[in-house]
Amino acid sequence: MGSMSMLTTDVAVVGAGPAGLYAAIEAAKAGAKTTIINEYVEPGGQLTKQIHKFFGSKEHAAGVRGIDISAKLLGSIDELKVEKRMGTLVWSIFHSNILAIAHNGKSEMLRANKIILATGASENAFAFPGWTLPGVMGAGAAQTLINLQRILPGNRVLMVGAGNVGLIVAFQLLQAGSEVVAVVDALPYISGYCVHSAKIARAGIPILTSHTVKKAYGEISVEGVMVVKVDNQCKPIPKSEQDMKVDTICIAVGLTPLVELAWLANCRFTWVASLGGYVPLYDDKMETTVKGIYVAGDAAGIEEASTAMEEGSIAAISAVESLGLMTQQRAYALRAEAYERLRSFRIGPFGKLRDQGKQFIWRERQKYAERI
Amino acid sequence: MRIKVHPVLGPLKGKATIEIEVDGRRISAIPGEMISSALIAAGIKVFRTTHKKGEPRGYFCGIGQCTDCMMTVDNIPSVRTCITPVSKGMKIKTQYGHGKWEV
Ligand SMILES: Cc1cc2nc3c(=O)[nH]c(=O)nc-3n(C[C@H](O)[C@H](O)[C@H](O)COP(=O)(O)OP(=O)(O)OC[C@H]3O[C@@H](n4cnc5c(N)ncnc54)[C@H](O)[C@@H]3O)c2cc1C
Ligand code: FES
Repeated sequence: MGSMSMLTTDVAVVGAGPAGLYAAIEAAKAGAKTTIINEYVEPGGQLTKQIHKFFGSKEHAAGVRGIDISAKLLGSIDELKVEKRMGTLVWSIFHSNILAIAHNGKSEMLRANKIILATGASENAFAFPGWTLPGVMGAGAAQTLINLQRILPGNRVLMVGAGNVGLIVAFQLLQAGSEVVAVVDALPYISGYCVHSAKIARAGIPILTSHTVKKAYGEISVEGVMVVKVDNQCKPIPKSEQDMKVDTICIAVGLTPLVELAWLANCRFTWVASLGGYVPLYDDKMETTVKGIYVAGDAAGIEEASTAMEEGSIAAISAVESLGLMTQQRAYALRAEAYERLRSFRIGPFGKLRDQGKQFIWRERQKYAERI
Repeated sequence: MRIKVHPVLGPLKGKATIEIEVDGRRISAIPGEMISSALIAAGIKVFRTTHKKGEPRGYFCGIGQCTDCMMTVDNIPSVRTCITPVSKGMKIKTQYGHGKWEV
C-alpha cells in the first residue's frame, strides 16, 4: 500500500442509519474508540427522509417522525465524540480488519479491531418495457427528492406497489404537491398497513389491486404508462389496458439488503425470502462467520428502524465485550433485554415471518460452525 | 420544481444563491444540494445516454447504487450526481457513453 497512511480505531461502524448510529453510541459509551463512516454526506440513513410518524413502540419513539429521531441520535454521537466520516465510501475490506475508504477521490486504509456493517438496503427494480426511461425511479429515491432535497420529481405520478413504502411515499408525494393518479399492485389485496392505505383512499386516489404495468412510453422521458389488469396467476387480462398520462413512475416493490462488503469479506450467506434475499449468516451476537465482523439493521435482513436500532446495539455490545471493555455478565444482560424488546416487534403476520427468518439464520450459522 | 411550502416541513429554507453550468447553460442551485436536485429543479431529466444503444438515463435510485445518474463533472466522467453536492461554478456535461477524462 506504499505511502498510503493507515488509520486505526477500535470499532468501525459502516453506515449511519438507525442501526449504525445505535451501534456507534453503544460502542462509544463502553469506552471504545469509535469511527462511523457513511457514504451519503448527511448521516441518518433512511430516517432523514421519513416525515411521517413512526409505527412501533414507545421505547422506539413510535409517533415521532423519523427526522426527529435522527436529530436526537446525532446529538448523542457528537456528545460521545464518535469520529464521523461522512461522504465517505467503504469500498472494500481486506484481511477481515482493514477498511478501504474513499473521500473526495482520495483513498485511505482504516484498521479496525471490530467492524459493524450497517449499510442498509437498496430498492428492488421492476423491469417492464420502458422502465429505464428517465422519470421511472425508486419510491425511496422519490422520497429523498421531496423530503430531503425539496424537489418535486414530477407533476403526475403512478405508484407501483401497495406495500407500506408505496403507500407512504404516494401520500408524501401528494403532500409535496404532485398529483398521484393511482397506486397499482399485482397482488389481489393491499399489503401495507391500513393507516397508510386509508390516507390514500381519503385523498381519493384509486388503489388498483390485481393490476400491473404493461409498459411505459415517451420520447426521452416518461410521457405515459399502460396499466393492465392481471388474473390470479398474474397473467395480463386481454383488453383491460388503461392508458394513464403520467411523467413519473415510482417503484415500490421491496428492498434488498446491501451486503457487498460482507461478500467481499468472505462472509457466508444464506437466502431468506422474508428478509429480502441473501443475508450473511450471523449468531445471536450479530457476528458473521468472519470473526470480528458484525452486521445489523436492514443489511442483516429487511425490517424496520426500531429493530435496526436494537440490532445495532446488540452488535456493539458484543463487539465491546469481545474487546474486553464490558463484562460478559453485563453484555449478556443487555443482549437479553434487547431481545426481549425485539420479540415485541416481531409479532403479527409480517413480524412472525421475520422472526422465523432470523431463527433460520441462527440455525444455519450453528450448522456452519459445526461443519468447520 | 422546488417545493417552496410544505405542510410538514414548512417553508423552504435553502436559497439558490450559486450558479452551476450544465452543457453551457447556467442554472441556479442551493449550496449543499445534490447536482441531480439542481438539474431536476431546472427541468432537466436526461443526464446521460448509454454506451451501446444511446438510450437516455436519469435519476433512478438516489443513493449512489445504480449509476444511472452519472455525468461528466468538471471534466471527470461518471460522477454520480445523486450523491455529489453542487459547488459554485461547477461545469456539468451530459455524458455520452463512457465519457472521457479531460484533465
Ligand atoms: C418509505 C419508508 C418508510 C418507512 N417507515 C418506517 C416506519 O414507520 N417505522 C420503522 O420502524 N421503519 C420504517 N422504515 C424502515 C426503516 O427506515 C429502515 O428499516 C431502517 O432505516 C434501516 O436502518 P439501517 O440503519 O439498517 O439502514 P439505512 O437507514 O438504510 O442506512 C444505511 C446507511 O449506510 C450508508 N452506506 C451504505 N453502503 C455504504 C458503504 N459501502 N460505505 C459507507 N456507507 C454506506 C448509506 O449511505 C446509509 O446512510 C421505512 C422505510 C421506508 C423506505
Ligand atoms: S440515481 Fe442511482 S446512482 Fe445516482
